[in-house]
Amino acid sequence: MSAVAVKPKLSVWKFSSCDGCQLSLLDCEDELLAIAGEVEIAYFLEATSREIEGPYDVTLVEGSVATPHDVERIKQVREVSKVLVAIGACATAGGIQALRNAADADELAASVYPHPEYLSSLATSTPISEHVRVDFELPGCPISKAQLLEVLTAFLAGRRPRIPSYAVCVECKRRGTPCLLVQGIPCLGPITRAGCDALCPSYHRGCFGCFGPAESANPAALPLELRSSFREALHA
Amino acid sequence: MPETTAPKTREIRTDYLARVEGEGGMLVTLHDGAVEDVKLRIYEPPRFFEGLLRGRPFTEAPDVTARICGICPVAYQMSSCLAMEEVCGVEVPPRIEALRRLLYCGEWIESHALHVYLLHAPDFLGYDSAIELASVAPDVVEKALRLKKLGNRLMTVVGGREVHPINVRVGGFYRAPEPAELAALEPELVWARDAALDTVAWAATLDFPDFEHDYEFVALAQEGRYPIDRGRRLVSNKGLDIEISEFFEHVEEVHVEHSNALHARLRERGSYLVGPLARYALFRDLLSTTALEAAEAAGLEEVVRNPFKSIVVRAVELVEAAEEALRIVRTYQPPEQPFVECTPRAGVGHGCTEAPRGILYHRYELAADGSIADAKIVPPTSQNQGQIEDDLHRFVTAYVQLPEDELRWKCEQAIRNYDPCISCATHFLTLDVERS
Repeated sequence: MSAVAVKPKLSVWKFSSCDGCQLSLLDCEDELLAIAGEVEIAYFLEATSREIEGPYDVTLVEGSVATPHDVERIKQVREVSKVLVAIGACATAGGIQALRNAADADELAASVYPHPEYLSSLATSTPISEHVRVDFELPGCPISKAQLLEVLTAFLAGRRPRIPSYAVCVECKRRGTPCLLVQGIPCLGPITRAGCDALCPSYHRGCFGCFGPAESANPAALPLELRSSFREALHA
Repeated sequence: MPETTAPKTREIRTDYLARVEGEGGMLVTLHDGAVEDVKLRIYEPPRFFEGLLRGRPFTEAPDVTARICGICPVAYQMSSCLAMEEVCGVEVPPRIEALRRLLYCGEWIESHALHVYLLHAPDFLGYDSAIELASVAPDVVEKALRLKKLGNRLMTVVGGREVHPINVRVGGFYRAPEPAELAALEPELVWARDAALDTVAWAATLDFPDFEHDYEFVALAQEGRYPIDRGRRLVSNKGLDIEISEFFEHVEEVHVEHSNALHARLRERGSYLVGPLARYALFRDLLSTTALEAAEAAGLEEVVRNPFKSIVVRAVELVEAAEEALRIVRTYQPPEQPFVECTPRAGVGHGCTEAPRGILYHRYELAADGSIADAKIVPPTSQNQGQIEDDLHRFVTAYVQLPEDELRWKCEQAIRNYDPCISCATHFLTLDVERS
């Protein structure tokens, strides 16, 4: 019993999202049982009916805040968490559903739901950090499994995770993938944070920004860069 | 609790369902021993995908709709691609079709292995999770994880990654895999087929409550093959036989107060069931010999009407997906071009495929410039919602004498029979569905 009690407690919570980032934890097929051996999975509804009360040593939060109820719920999650890590684009940036932030929320709901009055939904979808203190943000849509394992390992060992903040371009160079921009293919690689190992360019597809902005990203410069690369392609 | 003679109201309630995808709860209200009301409560926040798609280029639909569900993104990508290709008047060549089916087999293997072993099996065996199960039966869980990993590997090789694959585009793929990449999968697929056969035999030994119902099963008809990745007709065991373009002439959707997902039902006929039980009931004869023999050896009826036995049917479909993946890998020839160029025009397109948990229907209207004017998405779980509530009603009525905890456990299990994906169900948001 005492051996069980000293294991650090892990909890996993879902807000507005697709489940894909918490699935990434279950997708760590080679490591899952080892993780379960090192930590007590105290709350993880997608995987277990067992619910153990906090406080939790490490909490992973997937999803954005999009309902009045979730504004309160995230505060409660924060209270019972020693370290809170926001995982994925929804939790770190509001996610794809934050596209609605620029739309008229009432009009949107009324245009797609017969009874918008049944809904309890905020006009905006916002990242976890707009509501509570977040100890670490792991970007990605979805997150990278390798980065998730690094974050878990780091916090359990009491150190900061080593997650790069440079751009996807660095990963392309490292892989030896020829630059798409110089071939005239629009690519967000120069302004997007690394983490996917420059996956899309390796499939001859321009980066579309799953991991959010890189450190010191300069999006204003990108259209110019795109335009010039198109011009070169046209005149090649 | 002492027996009383006065009428009393009793609730069987679970606020947050575990081992399902997304956020939902259950509330069964009994009055004087009789079921008064059943609610599958869905409070997964709405994300308004159909509204957000409007005005966006048609080429974005596969990547945007994949984000509806992290468990079955391939289903969304395939249904949306088929719909867009119909508008563009494009049919992809057989070699691209084969790659799509292979990718989809990967999703089936991953999703079914996840559900059979990690989400559903603990119900039958009395554990809270597969992780707990691993402490007493590590070999079972290790097999489950290896199967699941293979499903993910298939998706990674064909699609680039397992959650939200990046290699799918309207018209085909950005890059076709090299023959050697697929050939490398063969040994593990052979293992997976055997592991899936073991899974069928193992699942058939579980205890199933005595509980049957004469469902209306609805599945997609795919020419000459067990339905997975494409098809133009929807059929049922009770006479439904329609073009997918006629979907909304036969299916209506209702917005109920306790759910952020609309309920779908057949007009004038009521609830219907989609998913493994429906596919198996309607297209059992299209299963591969290996899968069919496994079903027979396990003593599975030709039509399974006990939803608790869906775990066995899912296992049979695991065999089918592994067998199909093997067939495709062994006969693979790369397409000459990884994709067919699609030029948009004004029009309407429909796409329907069999997600692991049932048919996923997409309908798009495009403007002449290729922007999306209207989008409708009907995921499997919203179609099964009414059926889940009906099952709970019948189950509690039949088993009302069970102790409270056991009844609640079994009710949750009855919901998991459908492998519900609540994240999906909440994001189908349809205009003009309420006719009051």
